[in-house]
Amino acid sequence: MSQYIIRRLLQMIPTLIGISIIVFAISQMVPGDYITASQNPNMTAERADQLRAIYGLDKPPAQQYFVWVKNMLTGNLGDSFQHKMPVTSVINTYVWNSFLIAFVTLILSWTIAAFVGVFSAQFQYSFFDKVVTLIVFLLMSLPSFFIGLLVIKYFALDLKLFPTGGMTTAGLKVSGFEQIKDIAKHMVLPVAVMTALSIGGLTRYFRTGMLEVIRQDYIRTARAKGLKERTVIFKHAFRNALLPAITLLGLELPGLFGGAMILERVFAWPGIGQVYLASLNMRDYPLMLGFTMFLAVLTLLGNLISDVLYGVADPRIRLK
Amino acid sequence: MEQPVNRTEQLQEQLKIVKTESPWRIALRRFMKNRLALIGLIILVLMFLLCFIGPIFSPYTLNETDVTNKNSPPDSTHWLGTDKLGRDILLRVMLAGRISLTVGLVATAISVAIGATLGAVAGFYRRFADTLIMRIADIFLALPTLPILITLGAILSDLKVAPNQRIYYLMFIIGVLGWVSLARLVRGQILTLREQEFMQATEALGLRDNRKIFRHLMPNTVPIIIVSATLGVAGAILLESALSFLGLGVVPPTPSWGNMITAANSLIDFRKRPWTWIPPGMCILVTVMAINLIGDGLRDALDPKMKHR
Repeated sequence: MSQYIIRRLLQMIPTLIGISIIVFAISQMVPGDYITASQNPNMTAERADQLRAIYGLDKPPAQQYFVWVKNMLTGNLGDSFQHKMPVTSVINTYVWNSFLIAFVTLILSWTIAAFVGVFSAQFQYSFFDKVVTLIVFLLMSLPSFFIGLLVIKYFALDLKLFPTGGMTTAGLKVSGFEQIKDIAKHMVLPVAVMTALSIGGLTRYFRTGMLEVIRQDYIRTARAKGLKERTVIFKHAFRNALLPAITLLGLELPGLFGGAMILERVFAWPGIGQVYLASLNMRDYPLMLGFTMFLAVLTLLGNLISDVLYGVADPRIRLK
Repeated sequence: MEQPVNRTEQLQEQLKIVKTESPWRIALRRFMKNRLALIGLIILVLMFLLCFIGPIFSPYTLNETDVTNKNSPPDSTHWLGTDKLGRDILLRVMLAGRISLTVGLVATAISVAIGATLGAVAGFYRRFADTLIMRIADIFLALPTLPILITLGAILSDLKVAPNQRIYYLMFIIGVLGWVSLARLVRGQILTLREQEFMQATEALGLRDNRKIFRHLMPNTVPIIIVSATLGVAGAILLESALSFLGLGVVPPTPSWGNMITAANSLIDFRKRPWTWIPPGMCILVTVMAINLIGDGLRDALDPKMKHR
């Protein structure tokens, strides 16, 4: 097992080099830089050149690339121009806000999807199953930003049930339980939308998994033994239906820490996704590059974790 | 010489050769039985008719502004109302649909062309070609799509690409980023197909490689290509709309469903004039859902084994 993990980690290296070259090349295609994007009218051409020299923007691209890679290997993603602090600190500051809503979403969507999927499979072709199938298609087809806007309009502006956006109420100085309550209130709408968006595919996955398991011989055996239907479904079938879903759990990793760019923008949630979008407008290369690489690493690690988890959970799978 | 002919006829009569249905007919029959997929197909056809034929019957033109009648709610003259410049929303939604549907279709066509070819080459030649192509696929797979698209969109804006040319770049970018999953599917399929007997036959006939690939292997992968392409169109439409909503995809004055929803960025339009941004959003939702239903129906009809997403 450990050999497998080490080999997979080594295989990640050429992939990461490829990604870094593509990402860097794309960022080099962006005309203008942070100095021109900050649009300070008082800045003389000389001062601008000085600043470029300080930030290393005057060097040829190839050299900039190697400096960037060398720093990255030591865990240094450079300093964000816009936030005036290391990119790692910027990511660390905002990523937890993203993690907060993503984690709650993960728990909610997996729980709901598992139960709905299982029941839908148990009563295949029933009215309930048909309604679920239709809703699943609806949820899988939602454009995230549009549904976010709709929800804000009806639940925040018209019915005034929840705040329209942000993470805390501006000017509200509270701590302890009151603060948690305030944040929770701001979380309701974004979490609801994100759950709705991810629940469709998951439900489908659980339903198919369950349908496959239910037809197995050992389920018939369990029923023949005279076990209660509940025991058959939840103890014998459900556990086995969960197995393939474990692969999906690893793939959630980039979603957990990567932030939901568009929804964070729509809900003005101070997460890393929104910070990334803003960094693009400011041509804040170190942040753009650093965050993209961060996402790529998360994706690769997520793939690895999902394979390993599957091997751990299912003894029939041998990882070589 | 009469004898053998009669003999064959006799035999045929005895055997009563059963005419088998072609796989395509079976698939068609299965598809027609799927009610949800049929509803999806009808909705999609109506949407195409609305977008491509509808504007002909509109008394308005795309950029015709009318200051005396701006921000008017839906009524009998403007069925979906007008926007802040007094432009007819219904006409804009229909023309935006042309753009969004076209971008989705062309982008997917590009993905399919790249994905199917690379997948086939990797599966057929194996060894070096396979390793190289699959390594590149790994890179593309781990590449965060949305940040890359957003950055490329910003580059297009900075390079001051004319709005009417921008959609071509957009189709190309979305297409190029989306080839990996199909390439993997096709490669897997070709790896098993190439070991089958009919491929030994092509070997014996001395066919050239490109004939083997394009005439004998690829036709067998058409079912998975169709399914994957259908679902790909839905994904491409969603990507384009999200990008256009951020102002980095299709940009005004060219209307697209995504960029029409940017009307919601102005608080007053957002709150008081929902007719400016809800119709294009509903169009995206309905179209994507219809395509997903069709794609699922096609999957069930063409390849019953392929149940997972």
